[in-house]
Amino acid sequence: MREMIEDLKRRAQAAAEKPAAVGIDIDLAEFGEQPPGYDYRESLSQIRELDPEEMARTGVRLDAQERAGSFVQIDDTVVHASALEEGIEVMGTREALETYEWLWEYYWKAVQVDMDKYTAQVELHPYDGYFIHALPGARIIYPLQACMYLRSPRYIQRLHNIIVVEEGAELHIITGCASEHEIESALHAGISEFYVKKNAKLTFTMVHNWHPNMFVRPRSGIFVEEGGVFINNYICMEPVRYLQTYPTAWLRGEGAVARFNSMMVAAPGSVMDVGSRVILEAPGTRAEVISRAVTRGGEIIARGQIVGEVPGIKAHLECHGLILDRGGRIYAIPELDGKDPDVDMSHEAAVGKIAQEEVEYLMARGLSEEEATAAIVRGFLNVKIEGLPPQLEREIQRLMEESESKAL
Amino acid sequence: MRLLEIEGLKVEVEGREILHGIDLKVDCGQTHVLFGMNGSGKTTLLMTIMGFPRYRVTAGHISFRGQDLSGLSVDQRARLGIGMMFQRPPTVRGIHLEQMVRLIPSRQDRDVEETAEKLNLSGFMQRDINHGFSGGEIKRSELLQLLVQDPNLVLLDEPESGVDMENMQLIGDFIRMLLQKDRRRTRDHCGLIITHTGHILDFVEADVGHVMCEGKLVCSGNPREMLEDIREKGFEECARCVR
Repeated sequence: MREMIEDLKRRAQAAAEKPAAVGIDIDLAEFGEQPPGYDYRESLSQIRELDPEEMARTGVRLDAQERAGSFVQIDDTVVHASALEEGIEVMGTREALETYEWLWEYYWKAVQVDMDKYTAQVELHPYDGYFIHALPGARIIYPLQACMYLRSPRYIQRLHNIIVVEEGAELHIITGCASEHEIESALHAGISEFYVKKNAKLTFTMVHNWHPNMFVRPRSGIFVEEGGVFINNYICMEPVRYLQTYPTAWLRGEGAVARFNSMMVAAPGSVMDVGSRVILEAPGTRAEVISRAVTRGGEIIARGQIVGEVPGIKAHLECHGLILDRGGRIYAIPELDGKDPDVDMSHEAAVGKIAQEEVEYLMARGLSEEEATAAIVRGFLNVKIEGLPPQLEREIQRLMEESESKAL
Repeated sequence: MRLLEIEGLKVEVEGREILHGIDLKVDCGQTHVLFGMNGSGKTTLLMTIMGFPRYRVTAGHISFRGQDLSGLSVDQRARLGIGMMFQRPPTVRGIHLEQMVRLIPSRQDRDVEETAEKLNLSGFMQRDINHGFSGGEIKRSELLQLLVQDPNLVLLDEPESGVDMENMQLIGDFIRMLLQKDRRRTRDHCGLIITHTGHILDFVEADVGHVMCEGKLVCSGNPREMLEDIREKGFEECARCVR
């Protein structure tokens, strides 16, 4: 183990200055401040640093109603972790690595420590994050909620999350990432490693509510085993300075499924470089990557890549973009990489403005031009997400509506 | 009372004049039908009344309940009480028919669920509006929206096109409801219906017929008699005939 840790440190050190494969390079020296520490709270209601209404918009309920458990981290400190249902464990990653030696087997496996300077940062400095574990066969009905809150200016929030969903288990996670209002420039570097075992199912819904000075660099990797299902929903409709993320899922066992749905709205001054990549490595695996991008003057780079390694796979990629205002830009980059004649892969991409004909149709029913446009944009962002329990579907619908009403 | 009055209306589309001076008066409670060949300008007239910006009025004016409509946008006209059944409405992805109906500023308290059921649309309420709808389904969906909107002036563009016999009766019944055909003295709605085949007259009684030829109303009269003439002699005769 010591050797493994030393090797990781060595690789991280070597990558400490390595720019990311895409996106502007950020000078990490600009973010040198140390955040204060925070006390641990037994109850969510004791966390006075968080605004309940703002948290609700990111999917985090401070009353913990209809939640299977909660995790809250402010800056670098875990301030609360609780599991309310049988069959799940929730704790800080540091504590989990001390508690379970086996967890090291999952440490920096789905994400490479030397991917770039942001992954290296997380390994080279003290950090925390969450460990969420669904035990074999556990069926957790309510979603588990996690909140990553950035409060201190001019520092790098580093975190490393590990999620393990054991064989036959089903788990839904809602993660809200947010930062303090009017925060000065800060950087969020978050590693998330997901392990979806045989016949297990994980839906992961992430809402990002950043502020216009935030740099955001999440790094995620997902392994899905035989018969496993991974559904990722990503909602980002608040301004952000520069967000760049490109999670990759490896479908490693027969019949594994991955779906990525990304819904983004970019305000002027925001750059969102958001991709999803799925590597289909086993027969009968399926993938769907859907993105809906709306710009009100910001820039969105919508990447998507599916790689068909073996025969008998099926995958579809879809990037649709709406440019509402001049000055906005949507750059859709869909990529298909088929390595066998017997793969079934497709993609569609479309970027443009709202169809005037549709606006006028709604206006002929008495809606003003603004009302008609807003309704069409909301409809455009309204991706039908398959495979969710009704309660979670309603919850995601609510999150979408709240984000939309603020963003549009 | 006069609901719609059009005088000397000339309309251009993309720089080409389509309507060359239209005069038309529709009184409260009346139903008028517009006959005419494809391309004669019937749809242009309806779209101009509704106020779509592509249709540019170069001369004349349109007034509704005594108010000049020039300068009013499509939605302002809709809120004044003008409504239109589109012949080929666009598909709007992500907006369900039910959401659409809820968005419409309603002038009347109508039980949407019950109306949808009577229009055999219950199974369509959660579908994206017009997406994959058949001809008849589009008409029924348009009627549901109009019934919620409840306009005083109802503009119907070929309500019978693409509708099978079985649905024609249903659509006819609801157009009659929209036009308040069950009321006599208290009727405050009126209609202007484009029909290419005249088939709709078997289901909805009309008061006045007009024939449009090459951007002009060339003839007006009893709609049934006009339809018989057209069926017998064709629109070519209308173009030649000057009464």
